[in-house]
Amino acid sequence: MNLVISGKAETLVLKEKTVLELLKVKNVEMPEMVSVELNGEILRQSEYGTTLVKDGDQVEFLYFMGGGSSI
Amino acid sequence: MNLTESQIERYSRHIILKDVGGSGQEKILQSKVLIIGVGGLGAPAALYLAAAGVGTIGIVDADSVDLSNLQRQIIHFTADVGRAKVVSAQAKMEAINPDVKVVPYQTRVYSENIAEIIQDYDFIIDGTDNFPTKFLVNDACVLAGKPFSHGGILRFNGQTMTYVPGNACYRCVFPEPPPKGAVPTCSQAGILGAVAGMLGTIQAAEALRYIIGKGKLLTNRLLTFNALDMEFRTINLHQNHRCAICGEEPSITELIDYELPACDLRGGNHA
Repeated sequence: MNLVISGKAETLVLKEKTVLELLKVKNVEMPEMVSVELNGEILRQSEYGTTLVKDGDQVEFLYFMGGGSSI
Repeated sequence: MNLTESQIERYSRHIILKDVGGSGQEKILQSKVLIIGVGGLGAPAALYLAAAGVGTIGIVDADSVDLSNLQRQIIHFTADVGRAKVVSAQAKMEAINPDVKVVPYQTRVYSENIAEIIQDYDFIIDGTDNFPTKFLVNDACVLAGKPFSHGGILRFNGQTMTYVPGNACYRCVFPEPPPKGAVPTCSQAGILGAVAGMLGTIQAAEALRYIIGKGKLLTNRLLTFNALDMEFRTINLHQNHRCAICGEEPSITELIDYELPACDLRGGNHA
């Protein structure tokens, strides 16, 4: 399957064509650590296992980042 | 207001910018910006905003300066170790620019006090390090209709976006805080000091551009960079109609303290 992940074209083999499987293949160990934007729409975590990806989809992994002062 | 001769000289490099000019500098001098957290992000932001002549700058932090802060929190000096961060920061900001009125708040922000603290300010900078506070700042700003800059840093990475009412908020992108412990903090994972400076400086530039009303803010865009390879990207965003605070049917109508002890007792299941 050909996807555009974080702006880069990639060819991946997915057993199941779900966002959850994509996260596994991309070595995102904890889906809770990342927000997924699929073709411009932010997904809910509860939908990762049921949302399908298809050829040409654009995927962004947006990671939580803290930093700053421990106020 | 009329600029004094000394102000015309002090701000001359702003004033000669056609997008700032005398009128833009006057807007800056009359503006009020709140910086929540005077640490890695808030330190450079506070210095640049003070130098720029932002008329009133509120700084919020409950902590004291620690030796391990000095590698990146450039507003604090070695002699400040042990002093309250707001006291340390206020002294430097006033020393840079006596035009600036600094209002220190030596406190944490939580659901009971944040609305009152932000209400007097035109723009808010989130310089906090934890997700309960980041979500609190977002929700308080959305409910009060206040623009703010989100900033996050980790290791060699930074991310920032600007919220202005009517555009995507932080919760549109990150619907819920991550489970406690899922995302390492800078104290656990490390942070290159200069990365904090880059990100905090971008946040200061957003505040100034919001005040003068020029250019294209980081609204509906998340700027991310990796300073290890020095690559920058902006990811387009839009308001999420399912967002729990700014969506079509918001389920959040009052502020949430995600760090309530009861949550911790439940094993940190903040969501």
